[in-house]
Amino acid sequence: MDVAEAGAPAATHAPSPAHVRGGGVLHVALVGNPNTGKSTLFNALTGMRQRVGNYSGVTVERVEGRYRDAEGRPVAVLDLPGTYSLSASSPDEEIALGVLVGRAEGVDTPDVVVVVVDAQNLERNLFLASQVLELGIPAVIALNQVDAALAAGIRVDPVELTLELGAPVVATVATKGEGLDLLKQAVNRAAALPPASRQFELPAEAAAALAPVEACLVRGGFKPQAAGMEALRLLAVTTIGAHLSHVQGLAEVVERARAEVEAAGLTPRSLEAEARYGWIADVVERTSTRTHTGKKSLTERVDAVALHRVWGPLVFVMLMTLVFQSIFTWAEPMIGWVETLFSALGGAVGGVLPEGDLRSLLVDGVIAGVGSVLVFLPQITILFLFIGILEDTGYMARAAFIMDRFMRSVGLHGRSFIPLLSGYACAVPGVMSTRTIENPKDRLATIMVLPLMSCSARIPVYTLLIGAFIPSITVAGILNLRGITLLAMYLLGTLTALGMAAVFKKTLLKGRARPLIMELPPYRLPSVRSLALSVSHRASMFLRKAGTVILSLSIVLWALATYPKTKPAPGATPETAQEQQLANSVLGRMGHAIEPAVRPLGYDWKIGVGIVASLAAREVFVSTMGTIYGVGSADETSGDLRAKLQRERDPRTGALAYTPLVAVGLMVFYVYAMMCMSTVAVVVRETGGGRTGVKWAAFQFAYMLALAYGAAFIVYRGGLLLGFG
Amino acid sequence: MARPLSALEPGERGKVTAIGGDDDVVRRLMDLGLIRGTTLEMVRRAPLGDPLEVRLRGFMLTLRRSEAEHITVE
Repeated sequence: MDVAEAGAPAATHAPSPAHVRGGGVLHVALVGNPNTGKSTLFNALTGMRQRVGNYSGVTVERVEGRYRDAEGRPVAVLDLPGTYSLSASSPDEEIALGVLVGRAEGVDTPDVVVVVVDAQNLERNLFLASQVLELGIPAVIALNQVDAALAAGIRVDPVELTLELGAPVVATVATKGEGLDLLKQAVNRAAALPPASRQFELPAEAAAALAPVEACLVRGGFKPQAAGMEALRLLAVTTIGAHLSHVQGLAEVVERARAEVEAAGLTPRSLEAEARYGWIADVVERTSTRTHTGKKSLTERVDAVALHRVWGPLVFVMLMTLVFQSIFTWAEPMIGWVETLFSALGGAVGGVLPEGDLRSLLVDGVIAGVGSVLVFLPQITILFLFIGILEDTGYMARAAFIMDRFMRSVGLHGRSFIPLLSGYACAVPGVMSTRTIENPKDRLATIMVLPLMSCSARIPVYTLLIGAFIPSITVAGILNLRGITLLAMYLLGTLTALGMAAVFKKTLLKGRARPLIMELPPYRLPSVRSLALSVSHRASMFLRKAGTVILSLSIVLWALATYPKTKPAPGATPETAQEQQLANSVLGRMGHAIEPAVRPLGYDWKIGVGIVASLAAREVFVSTMGTIYGVGSADETSGDLRAKLQRERDPRTGALAYTPLVAVGLMVFYVYAMMCMSTVAVVVRETGGGRTGVKWAAFQFAYMLALAYGAAFIVYRGGLLLGFG
Repeated sequence: MARPLSALEPGERGKVTAIGGDDDVVRRLMDLGLIRGTTLEMVRRAPLGDPLEVRLRGFMLTLRRSEAEHITVE
């Protein structure tokens, strides 16, 4: 088909071939280097009409959206993970390549690819762009951030670039929405243009050596063009990639081609990069001009402080302190609102419904259960707002740069630091934020140890026990024994998390040390829209996935505490009636049943009930103890509950049931045990979901329980031997 | 004078003459444009002495000393 003919239908606004083929919907994929403003462009194109999910079998995020073109036809947009090349050496890259060559499970092959190229960094961006163009899919280049490039003295000519690349180039400023209409027009026309092809020549020996590989790929169903690009790529990679596993005899032909290339005196692994970058250097020379502004860029000036030997760590610590201070102080009132709202809701529903099981189910089961999920929302929202800001400004990469050396001492990557730190607020968003860690083993190790960081839900437990059993004694003049105990719990959790990470990386998640090869992107002002979108994605993901699990488990726990029914003894106060009900319920019996198991730790059946009930969430321990001791709605500062715990006597010996030693042992138990359904639910999801996810979550639950039991045993028994009793 | 990239002092520049080490690492560096003939500038070391920040082709890249030892510059 002639070019003019092919272009004609699009120009007359008749449906382009792609619209017909895709069942009325044009499928567009966005691809580009990280930090090119690709996601901002995606947000600007699709607005709020977005859907976030996962690619099947991997935890790579799949973001899709839609827009309507000038004629009102729907266009589906897929935002592929950011990648520097199509080498397929990370899960993200493998997905990107798989989608582009039409071999990703459950993803429509794109009709048009939009390659987002950062005008400030044309050379490196054109590497991926030219690889994508060679796949033979109709493509449009979005030359983004042209404003920032101009400010840095870089001027790129889109027309010249179009001629050099053989694909239309549209200048855009995604943050301001500039160039979007032109881009949409170009996308509609692209399907009718002849596909671009390789614009540079390989050495003759290499081309000859690659011919059999290309032929083999074509036999495996590849378009001749895409086969050319794949063959060149295969020459340099060590693993062939899952999307090629169906091609018969590929490994052998690739091996032979490598030998031939080497025999010709060329290096197989550098052949593509050297040929491509050689050509790109000429293209950049011909299409752009660079005037040196002479002064240092803003990024250089900021980094002179932010990455300084002395100031850098100081800035880092200050930023982290600010983040955490804000999470605690800002989230606290919001958590209070959620709690007030739900208790008011419970009260309102309770007032309308007659006394009975239905009321109890709705008020104590459903409403209390939903409330227990929603209290996490303020922390999740605030933490992800900060993570979004750190990520979008470009500071996140600097944090990894500063912390890498330290994290490597326990076998982790600099990127693991922020998720672990998030664990102090709440393990749920922490686990969700591990998505920024590229290497799956590092990511798993981080998830596995993350709940050991003392989260805010442990604070009520620590506060109750410290308040009741640790005397307020001044130590070393300025420190209080209570404060020291609290600090010790935090330190214990943190050190164990780091130690366990080292253990996992040496055993279960053993692997070659992963290199840290990372760009430090120029600093940028984050876009409010992108931040709002990413925060709302995270929040809704948590509510949907964790919410369903937690709600159903809350109902189960409610049933365990409610049945079988006990008739209150005549003349019993409501508090004692409640106490008796709980003691005789299935939950109460479970407490009795596990008493032999917790006896060696110094606990009676009452603490057993508290432990079983707090499988839902740690802070439930406090309210359950309140119910058992008949103090109504107790919280951690309740003096009444503290006094009752202090006075409690063992019915058999008559001695005090709980001693400071028991309390310390119990706190250590809570430092280690994974008593949180929300975290379990999120870990299942983030470790691959389905069977794999359940397996990892179960393993994590088991090892943490073993740690908890072992440590509490050692503390209690060791303490007894040493004479603290 | 040929020496490993890790030996450059902040502010010093060098032209890459050889890249060695793990295949995946080499591939990744090459994808980013670190190939024979590329000019690198050592910008700084991280506060704890590792990793390193280098400038190439107009952008900033970090890599660890262990990788930088296998890159020869002159």
